[in-house]
Amino acid sequence: MDVVVDPGLEHQAERARSRQGFLMGLPAIIYLFVFFVIPLGFVVMYSFATRTRTGRTELAGWNVEAYERLGEAVVRAVAFRSLWIAAVTTLLSLVLAYPLAYFISTRRPATRNMLLVGVMIPFWSNFLIRTYAWRVLLDSDGIFTRIMSGVGLGDGRILFTNNAVILGLVYGYLPFMVLPLYAAIERIDWSLVEGARDLYASGWSAFRRVVWPLSKPGVIAGSILVFVPSFGAYVTPAILGGNKKGLMGSYIVDQFMDARNGPLGSSLSVLVLVVMLMGTLIYFRQGGRSL
Amino acid sequence: MKKWMSLVAVITAFSIVAVACGDDDDVVQADCEVGQTDGDLAFYNWSDYMDPELIAAFQEEAGVTVTEDFYPSNEEMFGRVEAGGSGYDMIIPSDYMVSILISEKMIQPVSEAAVPNKSNVAERFANPPYDPGAAYTAAYQWGTTGIGVDTGVTGEDVPHTWGLLFDEAVADQYGLSGKISILDDPRETMGAALKYLGYSLNSTSKSELAEAEAVVADAVDRVAAFDSDQYSELIVLGETVVGHGYSGNFLWDFEEGESTYDYFVPDEGGTIWVDNMAVLTDAPHPCTAFAFMNFLLDAENGAQLTNFNWYASPNAAAEAFIDQEVLDNPIIYPTDMSKLEFIKDTGDFEIEYTDALSRARS
Amino acid sequence: MGKGVALSTAEPMGATRWLLRGHSALVYAFFYAPIVVLAFYSFNESQLVGRWSGFSLRWYEAFLQNDNIQSSLWVSVKICAASTVISVVLGTLAALSIERFRWWGQKVFDAVLYLPIIIPDVTMAVMMLVFFGETAELFNVIPGVDLTDGLEKLVLSHVAFNISFVSVVVRARLANLDEAMEEAAADLYASRWQAFRRVTLPQIMPGVLGGALLAVTLSLDDVVVSSFVSAVGATPVSVYVFGMLRKGVSPLINAVSVVILAASMTLVMASLVLERATSSRKR
Repeated sequence: MDVVVDPGLEHQAERARSRQGFLMGLPAIIYLFVFFVIPLGFVVMYSFATRTRTGRTELAGWNVEAYERLGEAVVRAVAFRSLWIAAVTTLLSLVLAYPLAYFISTRRPATRNMLLVGVMIPFWSNFLIRTYAWRVLLDSDGIFTRIMSGVGLGDGRILFTNNAVILGLVYGYLPFMVLPLYAAIERIDWSLVEGARDLYASGWSAFRRVVWPLSKPGVIAGSILVFVPSFGAYVTPAILGGNKKGLMGSYIVDQFMDARNGPLGSSLSVLVLVVMLMGTLIYFRQGGRSL
Repeated sequence: MKKWMSLVAVITAFSIVAVACGDDDDVVQADCEVGQTDGDLAFYNWSDYMDPELIAAFQEEAGVTVTEDFYPSNEEMFGRVEAGGSGYDMIIPSDYMVSILISEKMIQPVSEAAVPNKSNVAERFANPPYDPGAAYTAAYQWGTTGIGVDTGVTGEDVPHTWGLLFDEAVADQYGLSGKISILDDPRETMGAALKYLGYSLNSTSKSELAEAEAVVADAVDRVAAFDSDQYSELIVLGETVVGHGYSGNFLWDFEEGESTYDYFVPDEGGTIWVDNMAVLTDAPHPCTAFAFMNFLLDAENGAQLTNFNWYASPNAAAEAFIDQEVLDNPIIYPTDMSKLEFIKDTGDFEIEYTDALSRARS
Repeated sequence: MGKGVALSTAEPMGATRWLLRGHSALVYAFFYAPIVVLAFYSFNESQLVGRWSGFSLRWYEAFLQNDNIQSSLWVSVKICAASTVISVVLGTLAALSIERFRWWGQKVFDAVLYLPIIIPDVTMAVMMLVFFGETAELFNVIPGVDLTDGLEKLVLSHVAFNISFVSVVVRARLANLDEAMEEAAADLYASRWQAFRRVTLPQIMPGVLGGALLAVTLSLDDVVVSSFVSAVGATPVSVYVFGMLRKGVSPLINAVSVVILAASMTLVMASLVLERATSSRKR
């Protein structure tokens, strides 16, 4: 492409291309603006609004009281516990999903599709029923409990512990990790790996220097897709953990449903959004390019 | 881009709100006659609470179709009908929720002319604290909140006290640690702790509530789960030994169990609750809804309902048709009504209950 | 997708190979363990999930007799199909637009695109509820639109979160994908559309399929948002089940899940067999 071109023409071509890109994104932009950004505007407005005596949110008497309450000890405790659980969930999911995604990517194309669909099918049953099925596996004489104590990995009921919550979250969000990992690993040019293997001799360093860096976009996308919903989850912790220690998801739900405190529920949501969005953007910068 | 986007968002949002805020304060009330219908009925109810045969009979009699959807909690139901335009005609809110619905003008007064059977409602439920004069609702079924116990594990002589949930010494004595479930419901859970301390479960005293909060916080480590759905199944499956929950649910599941079980309201006192039939203000078919209300308040139909769902009937005329074994069951019809208290809407203070439960578990 | 060549180097050798296979088998066992449990108890005589009391088909009979649950199943299928198609198209276009082009305001769009993933379920549910409550009348002015119809609200809100999930998966595929090929194709083929269809689309197809799978799953499985926006006559099966929770979980729902699973597995198998048959005929 190193032919000398008239800079004016090139500039024009650039602008045409830029316009084309914008037009491609336009349907999604319009859609998200109408059906996401405007609705989100309501939540932001709610966070500055007033809760009436009966629990309605009145769009008047604007104040920042709901934001002042974010400094309370209970919010901190709940936020840090949720962060910790989400981090462990993400790490475990990565450890479980990476080898699986690698395995799937190295099958023949027809087998690949089948294995991939095989990952998703369990999740087409019903979320609540699946989680209740885990109760059966994790209770005092559940199969999973017996296996774990048989191998010497703890004894007694797993149900209603933090471990049960993490297990349930890993189960629920593992496909979110597998899919982007698969998408990233599958497109790796294996002749590079072959070359690396000739160069470094060991399969492990070939993996570390070639496969891992190339699959990083998948790792990052997968981690976000797992971390974020684990942070806000509330059904799994309630069913498998017994809801004994507050988490962010259930705290927000309690505000909207039980306390009918729209402003506080909204300010909590805004907090989660801002922190997560910043975290996500920073994480992506670290991953090299803006994925 | 960013600037104009946010500007447009704000302007659009505000103009929408302005358009939507043209409220009028008139009380909506449909004028219907007995048996008059104005279309198919959309009924929003708790699950396993309505005998399908009664619905079939009403469809036959009135010549309409009934669609029944279910909700798992009052709050869930409220969230869905709050914004308006839900399309539902009749709902079955519990007592305290009725006061909220009335103050929010979300339910309409009963069209007396269309519901002559309202006179069948027993005197005790004809003038409830949450709906003076029962102007907006008619009682549907009632029951209590108490404790279910696997007496096969604890022995028959368990003390009838909230201490089973909250007292460490009692838990140790009967081996209950890790075998307790408590409702995940701010009013019921904090209410039980308040009763345990000897206070009213409608207390609006910050210091009393703080004591109750400490009681719940202390119990957290001994509790298996805060659970409002499966407390009775957990007992029957042997995962828990005592559970905090609603009377009728225990009965259903105890039938399936292999141990011996008991249910009681502790001696300190507990909750009596009433679920009520109410017609939404924006109900598309209010007359059909009132016709259905009248149908369910009929003596024989009311009895059939209780024989089906094993909750007590507020219908005095129905008693003659209720199975004797149901009437004689002290779990369904408690012998001592004096220590039972309604959960009342505490208004401003309501929010304190949720916050206390959150702090107790933080 | 035609990269079947270097597979021998891709798959590790020796012990690692078997470790990898064993691990994958275990993960699949993990995926299917609760499915086996729920299928098992759908044949249970007792209404208690977790205690076996004898074989019975009563829950399947109950399913066949329950019109409400059958119609809610159809509602789920319709919403899922519609929202997946729309969000795959919009999400893929959005992914291409961000990964392949530079334009003014892109950064903002990039950030907004993440919000639906990041937002807690309840918040999304509440905001959709409020939004539809406040704006339904405005939308209903548009001919052919009726937002009192729960079906439309459900599809609209499912698309709102699915666009982002689809675009994240497609972008993971697009990042670092060789652009030279596309440029060469653009020179080769007469139109951009042809270049896209012949070169770009096949290359990003695994990402698009992955995104579609994710969209189907999220739509079928969503309870929180759906329970807030569904209306009379438009109750998806997940919300119907949620409403029944007060009395614990009835094996009826297990039976429904088994029916859904059996149907989707049959569909998937059929499409795979069909695909294989047509591709072998081509050769």
